[in-house]
Amino acid sequence: MTATPIAPTSADHELYPSRGFLHDTWVIARRGLLHMRRQPEQLSDATIQPVMFVLLFAYVFGGAIDVPGGGEYRQFLMGGIFAQTVVFTAFGVALSLASDRKNRAIDRFRSLPIARGALLGGHALTSLLKALLPITLMSLCGLLIGWRIESSLPEAIAGYVLLTSFAFAMIWVGILLGSVIATPEGVTGIAFSLLFPITFMASTFVPTSTMPGPLRVAAEWNPVTTLADALRILFGNPNTPIAVGDPWSIAHPILYTALWIVAIVGICAPVGVRAYEKSLAK
Amino acid sequence: MLPSTHGAATSPTTPSEAGFGVFARGLVKRFGAMTALAGVDLEVPTGTVTAILGPNGAGKTTAVRILTTLSEADEGRAVVAGFDVRSHAREVRRRIGFTAQDATVDPLLTGRENLVMLGELHQLPRAEARARADALLADFSLDDAADRLASTYSGGMRRRLDLAATLVGQPAVLFLDEPTTGLDPRARSELWAVLDTLVTRGTTVLLTTQYLDEAERLANDIVVIDHGRVIARGDTRGLKRALGGDQVHVALVDGADLEVAARVVRGVTGRDVSIDAGARTVVAPTLDGLPALLRVAAGLSEAGVAVEDLGLRQPSLDEVFLTLTGKPADGDSAEAQAQEAS
Ligand SMILES: Nc1ncnc2c1ncn2[C@@H]1O[C@H](COP(=O)(O)OP(=O)(O)OP(=O)(O)O)[C@@H](O)[C@H]1O
Ligand SMILES: [Mg+2]
Repeated sequence: MTATPIAPTSADHELYPSRGFLHDTWVIARRGLLHMRRQPEQLSDATIQPVMFVLLFAYVFGGAIDVPGGGEYRQFLMGGIFAQTVVFTAFGVALSLASDRKNRAIDRFRSLPIARGALLGGHALTSLLKALLPITLMSLCGLLIGWRIESSLPEAIAGYVLLTSFAFAMIWVGILLGSVIATPEGVTGIAFSLLFPITFMASTFVPTSTMPGPLRVAAEWNPVTTLADALRILFGNPNTPIAVGDPWSIAHPILYTALWIVAIVGICAPVGVRAYEKSLAK
Repeated sequence: MLPSTHGAATSPTTPSEAGFGVFARGLVKRFGAMTALAGVDLEVPTGTVTAILGPNGAGKTTAVRILTTLSEADEGRAVVAGFDVRSHAREVRRRIGFTAQDATVDPLLTGRENLVMLGELHQLPRAEARARADALLADFSLDDAADRLASTYSGGMRRRLDLAATLVGQPAVLFLDEPTTGLDPRARSELWAVLDTLVTRGTTVLLTTQYLDEAERLANDIVVIDHGRVIARGDTRGLKRALGGDQVHVALVDGADLEVAARVVRGVTGRDVSIDAGARTVVAPTLDGLPALLRVAAGLSEAGVAVEDLGLRQPSLDEVFLTLTGKPADGDSAEAQAQEAS
């Protein structure tokens, strides 16, 4: 910017040029990573909780659940756990946006000469890095209980890319949630009343074929189902065999999930950014 | 709406704005049906200090938020550090520092991490940001606590860190929203001393306060607002004269002497005295300060009145409002009085 001041001030000769969007984003992201380190209990939705689900379903409920088409339940389970865990990425972002607003950090940042969008960019970057933690942790935890990737390396990589992309999409959902909902408490409430049911009304823990009519239809079109199924296919794990009468989503889980990712980012990113800016302009 | 200059290199300018760190005309801000600012004009000459004085809910924070680009005025315009806050927010942000009414330092970061981060967001190179953080930590006697989380700081320490954070970018114009509320007297005078130093370096300061003595101690000019309107303004001395100057304050050992004491005080000041029988005090305004006090002391001792306490004090915000508006500061004034008493 080459704006000329009306009245030059004493400190003008000491002004530093802007260091750009990426620099500012990284500074904000580093702060988010420090928060993560200083508040490990806030990570429970990404660490303890999925580990608990793995153990609970692998050892407590697993014996009672049959995988149609055969195969071991533990092999089936991991795709679902991965899917459920990345959905919760949205919760983490929403929570940090709401906390920033609650403790007024936001006012401080907004009075600084930060590149436009860097504040959200920083939060998004932290969340993406933060999403890698449970993905790694779940992989290790799975290995311990006997989960194995039985597919080729490119397929396995494709599985992790799909998973990370879904996490990326959920970040924008979280930005939207965190902008619309004012308080950290409200965010937690929504997470448990909205995100949790969505991850359970899916093939996360049980095959959709076991569900009653309308619930089954909802589960079949739920992207969490298709993400879990896609991961099972890409990791070479047992999955309900695709039958002739299955809906399109179940027949093409990878493509269907990818379309959801594109749609979520395409809609939630612009709407979320606008909602965020609106939530600031009071 | 006022004309703005989107895409133009310079802010709209009028010759009258040169020489002012802050120049605002006709600021209006509404929250629903509530009008928080009803057309406020402000100007702070470059390198001087102006205090906005007002009770709770007067609109102080609202005004500061508009001037620091955090909020947009519904009407009116403001130029800060030479740039229009609406059309050139980023240029304004490069040149200002802002300490909000509630501390905004990051509790999960150490004092040092807070300052380095804010330095980097002020676009300082990393090494420079670190060096400046060190210097500020020393200036604000926080070096011992530099590597502790800000959440472990006492209220006063957090407030100091907050102010240090405001100075990281070496602002040309500084906005302080009730900077000393909640500080103990020592921390308060330390902070005043820091502000003195800044002002000698040429920083322009706009601060808000609920305390007349603070405004008088720090500011060249005072703007008194109430219900979003300016009800008085002027240089500190002139305004103080308009408000009736200092107050001679006498507290007696024996309530029976109240009449005698009142006569002495009235005789010296030539003004109406207020008598509080319960507190055994006699108070009257004076423009003469110390000489008046000495004459009151002589008069009282001649009359043989036993005095518990005798002194000059500032009128409270409530008394100021009584003088200006003929009624006490209302609105949230119960809260204001409670705060003043504490
Ligand atoms: N975001 C908001 N929404 C609705 N009303 C608001 C908002 N912000 C301020 N107000 C109202 O505007 C008026 C002025 O508030 P402001 O915070 O500017 O007062 P203040 O002078 O800073 O008071 P205090 O000494 O208590 O900090 C108050 O009546 C307040 O309730
Ligand atoms: Mg205020």
